[in-house]
Amino acid sequence: MPTNTYLNAATTLKSWLLTRDHKRIALMYIAGITFFFGIGGFFAALIRLELVTPAGDLLTDETYNKVFTMHGVMMVFFVLIPLIPASLGNFLLPLMLGTKDVAFPKLNLLSFYVYLFGSLFTLYAIVAGGLDTGWTFYTPFSTVASTSAVVPAALGIFINGFSSILTGLNFMVTIHKMRAPGLTWFRLPLFVWALYATSLIQVLGTPVVAITIVLVAAERIFGFGLFNPAVGGDPVLFQHLFWFYSHPAVYIMILPAMGVVSEVIAGMARKQIFGYSFVAFSSLGIAIVGFLVWGHHMFVAGQSIYSALVFSVLTFIVAIPSAVKVFNWTATMYKGSISWQTPMIYVAGFIGLFAIGGLTGLFLAAMGLDIHVTDTYFIVAHFHYVMVGGAIMGYMAGIHYWWPKITGRMYNEFLGKVSAAIVFIGFNLTFFPQFIAGYAGMPRRYHAYADAYQVWNVLSSAGASILAVGFTMPLLYLAWSLKNGEIAGDNPWGAVGLEWNTTSPPPTENFHTQPIVTWDAYEYPTPVEGHVV
Amino acid sequence: MRSGTVFFPEVASTMAARVDQLYLFLVGLTAFFTILIFTMFVVFMVKYRRREPNSIGARIHGGMILEVTWSVIPLLIVLGLFVWSAQIFFAFARPPAETLNVYAVGKQWMWKFQHMDGQREINELHVPVGRSVKMIMTSEDVLHDLFFPAFRVKADVIPGRYTHMWFEATKAGTYPLYCAEYCGTKHSGMIGQVVVMEPDDYQAWLTAGAQEGSLASAGEKLFQDLACNTCHRPDAQGRGPVLHNIYGKTVALQSGENVVVDEAYIRESILRPAAKVSAGFQPTMPSFQGLVSEEGVMELIEYVKSLQGPTANQAVRPTTSGPAPNENTPSQAPPTRN
Amino acid sequence: MSNGAAVAHDAHAHHPALAHHFESLDAQKEASVLGMWLFLVTEILFFGGALTAYMIYRTWYPDAFAVASSEIAILPGAINTAVLILSSLTMALAVHAAQTGERGKILVFIAITMVLGAAFLGIKAYEYHEKYVEGHIPGLGLPFRFEEEYYRPAQIFFSIYFVLTGLHALHMIIGLGIMTWMLVLTRKGVITPEYYAPIEISGLYWHFVDIVWIFLFPLLYLIGRHVHHVG
Repeated sequence: MPTNTYLNAATTLKSWLLTRDHKRIALMYIAGITFFFGIGGFFAALIRLELVTPAGDLLTDETYNKVFTMHGVMMVFFVLIPLIPASLGNFLLPLMLGTKDVAFPKLNLLSFYVYLFGSLFTLYAIVAGGLDTGWTFYTPFSTVASTSAVVPAALGIFINGFSSILTGLNFMVTIHKMRAPGLTWFRLPLFVWALYATSLIQVLGTPVVAITIVLVAAERIFGFGLFNPAVGGDPVLFQHLFWFYSHPAVYIMILPAMGVVSEVIAGMARKQIFGYSFVAFSSLGIAIVGFLVWGHHMFVAGQSIYSALVFSVLTFIVAIPSAVKVFNWTATMYKGSISWQTPMIYVAGFIGLFAIGGLTGLFLAAMGLDIHVTDTYFIVAHFHYVMVGGAIMGYMAGIHYWWPKITGRMYNEFLGKVSAAIVFIGFNLTFFPQFIAGYAGMPRRYHAYADAYQVWNVLSSAGASILAVGFTMPLLYLAWSLKNGEIAGDNPWGAVGLEWNTTSPPPTENFHTQPIVTWDAYEYPTPVEGHVV
Repeated sequence: MRSGTVFFPEVASTMAARVDQLYLFLVGLTAFFTILIFTMFVVFMVKYRRREPNSIGARIHGGMILEVTWSVIPLLIVLGLFVWSAQIFFAFARPPAETLNVYAVGKQWMWKFQHMDGQREINELHVPVGRSVKMIMTSEDVLHDLFFPAFRVKADVIPGRYTHMWFEATKAGTYPLYCAEYCGTKHSGMIGQVVVMEPDDYQAWLTAGAQEGSLASAGEKLFQDLACNTCHRPDAQGRGPVLHNIYGKTVALQSGENVVVDEAYIRESILRPAAKVSAGFQPTMPSFQGLVSEEGVMELIEYVKSLQGPTANQAVRPTTSGPAPNENTPSQAPPTRN
Repeated sequence: MSNGAAVAHDAHAHHPALAHHFESLDAQKEASVLGMWLFLVTEILFFGGALTAYMIYRTWYPDAFAVASSEIAILPGAINTAVLILSSLTMALAVHAAQTGERGKILVFIAITMVLGAAFLGIKAYEYHEKYVEGHIPGLGLPFRFEEEYYRPAQIFFSIYFVLTGLHALHMIIGLGIMTWMLVLTRKGVITPEYYAPIEISGLYWHFVDIVWIFLFPLLYLIGRHVHHVG
């Protein structure tokens, strides 16, 4: 192990809590995200337990509604949105750019505390009576009907939004201004392109959901009537404002995962990404077109058929850049030198699950079919395939890929592969039956359901218990590796990229000498000499 | 209750098979591409697995022909899907000219249905086979969504406005109906059944349940109870517009705009009379918000719609856009088929 | 390490305001200014959401909005517009003084800017009080008084009025906080002709808040005033 690392530079509690080192901040985010993933997972377990039987016999309907709401709120706002940018993004961006830190280190630390404060506020809402609006906060239920703690929860999400905005802003400035000498835009790793596209959405979209939350809160606190039909307000306007952010938010979750997949495939196949510029621009394409498709959430909400047509065709079109990425990744594998280590196994799982998640999106873009499947378990299955099968599988691949860089140690390779396989199997068993239950007509957010759907729900709950094992294992063997893992060395995969050009773990200032970049991304010299490039 | 197979809901409407065809095509497409990509990925993983620890992949930067191919082919596929799905959507969005209308009101946590002949139902809806049924829906409180899986159709039910959907049932039987938009504590209890009946059975059911009088006649009574008739007189001498023959017409507003008199406009005029005042009249009408329920508004609308034909007090005739009624009807008010 | 970078680094290594991860104060300032512009973009979208609601309801209820907006007295709003434009001028002068390094002038101009900002808030408070007296607060359990014809949509108008002006006032208050901080930095001698980025980006923020008002004033006070009461 190197003697001078960001981990041992200072060891007091204060040196962690007040750190401005992007790497330490990333680790604190990882801890926070893992914690909220645990809470969200606990709520998921309650949901799956309740749904084993058709009768609502485990939880009361009121409790069940609060449980699925909190599952959604925790997972969307406090896990999936910060998932990759705040953790791996924070850790890697300055390393990949060959710089010492992000542009605004203090702001970065502030983002973390804002995230913590916002999430604790929302946790407080659970104690203060819970929240039963669904994570979507639809009006007028959230404004005039619900008696639960809407304001504390909404305020927590509002505060958390600042964390997301500030991180996005910080990354954009960093990418524009902090690149190492010689590191031109088209030499950037694709993960950086993905982070840039993500940041763009965070900066442009988050403020809109922030103001929407302010309007809902104003209606609840002051009794203003902005979405209230009783004074002539329009409850559907809320949905437009909400989805203007919350649909692109899906791309905040998936784009960074796509970036991770590009890195892992390139590193594990030791090969340049096929069609680099197509993969890079497809990220921007998704970010931009992704802002124009929000209306597909409202095909049955009484919008005009002509706006429905426009939203439908744009939704179909936004599928193309995602398809282009998948094809390019597959082509990258051709004639690679492919390692079968854990990150690659997770990526293979990602490819399978994301293909299903993406293609089932077409069912929902297809207006005439969306009428039947929207608001059913089909939707639930679809977005879990994208968010868990896509974003979380990507995150897991990334954590395993950069773990040696982050900690300087290797985890147990066998357990890593086994956990990837268990997650893949458990995930499919959990969510594939939900497609079928959904098409058979089972509505989402149902506490009790018709007997006919029980077989799918039992399968799904069984799958969830396997999935729980799959997600608990990495927690254990990764923790174990922190003290007992094999020393990894600077570049255990024999990959290229600036982050592999420094020690593992890196020193606080990232590089011992300022890197100067004279090569393209993923340019492998022939042959690889030893394990160091 | 029939709930179809474990894979599909019952196919019980004219649209259901069309939706299922698109669904099955997409299932096939998804299976094809998922298997294609996943198989290729795994095959490459096996075939090009690392054999020497230090080996690297071949140097391949990309290929324009491939990029164009795998952009354009999916684009053509999705555009085809767009056209296909839009056709189905248009069929859903545009009900046939002749429909049997049923009003639905959602409230936490029940469905209330009103038929033209006055039958009222809660959480149960009776409709005939072979006739297009149009649902005219609103909510008394929060968002709901009326969902008939067997007909492959659903629509949000929104407070403060009317939304519509239609279906034509093809198979007698009893099928589930659900609330599909989360609406609070007992959302999953806001369910019921739709009973599709052969035309004869349906007529018998109508007759048996029609003692309360038609919707329009209930509306007429309400019209008098609320003293609407003091201003809306049939002889053009009242302070409000004549309502005979007004339904379906385009009327000029004070603001200079025109508006088609449909259900939504009549509803708005009862609840928010000042919003769109007919040209030539003073905005003297008070709002009836809070004084008349959503069901009452629906009765009043049907009454106004029934005022077709020669302008005379006795000339309350049914609108005749639907098939001619031939069943026994209550003597007081002729049936409305619209 | 590249020699050029090392030299550049050494040249400015003594400046206390230079963060360790920037090569020069110029690079650092460029990053700060870009960051502030991006932040202002988020602010535009933040207000943009509420303005979308305004636009939609204005189209739905044009008469009610016209009548309701003509219930707002123009004079205080007009005075406030003038006050803010003047404060933008003094803010610009403060930035100029920072560039030339005249510390006394920086302090004076920032102080005037703050006085004008406070005056704006005072006038705003007076206006809110007027709304309270007139019964134009559509919530808080207060009685809302408005002509029957537009009773409901007028509540939407005033809800939007209070949300937009309230958020704007909140931004003004935050602006006063930032200006206080700038006074402290200037007095401590941190601000020099080499390093005045804090004053410059605070100025950007202040101008932005002024510009928001320049939009709010016509939208809420002026548009549709000529439309006399319909009917």
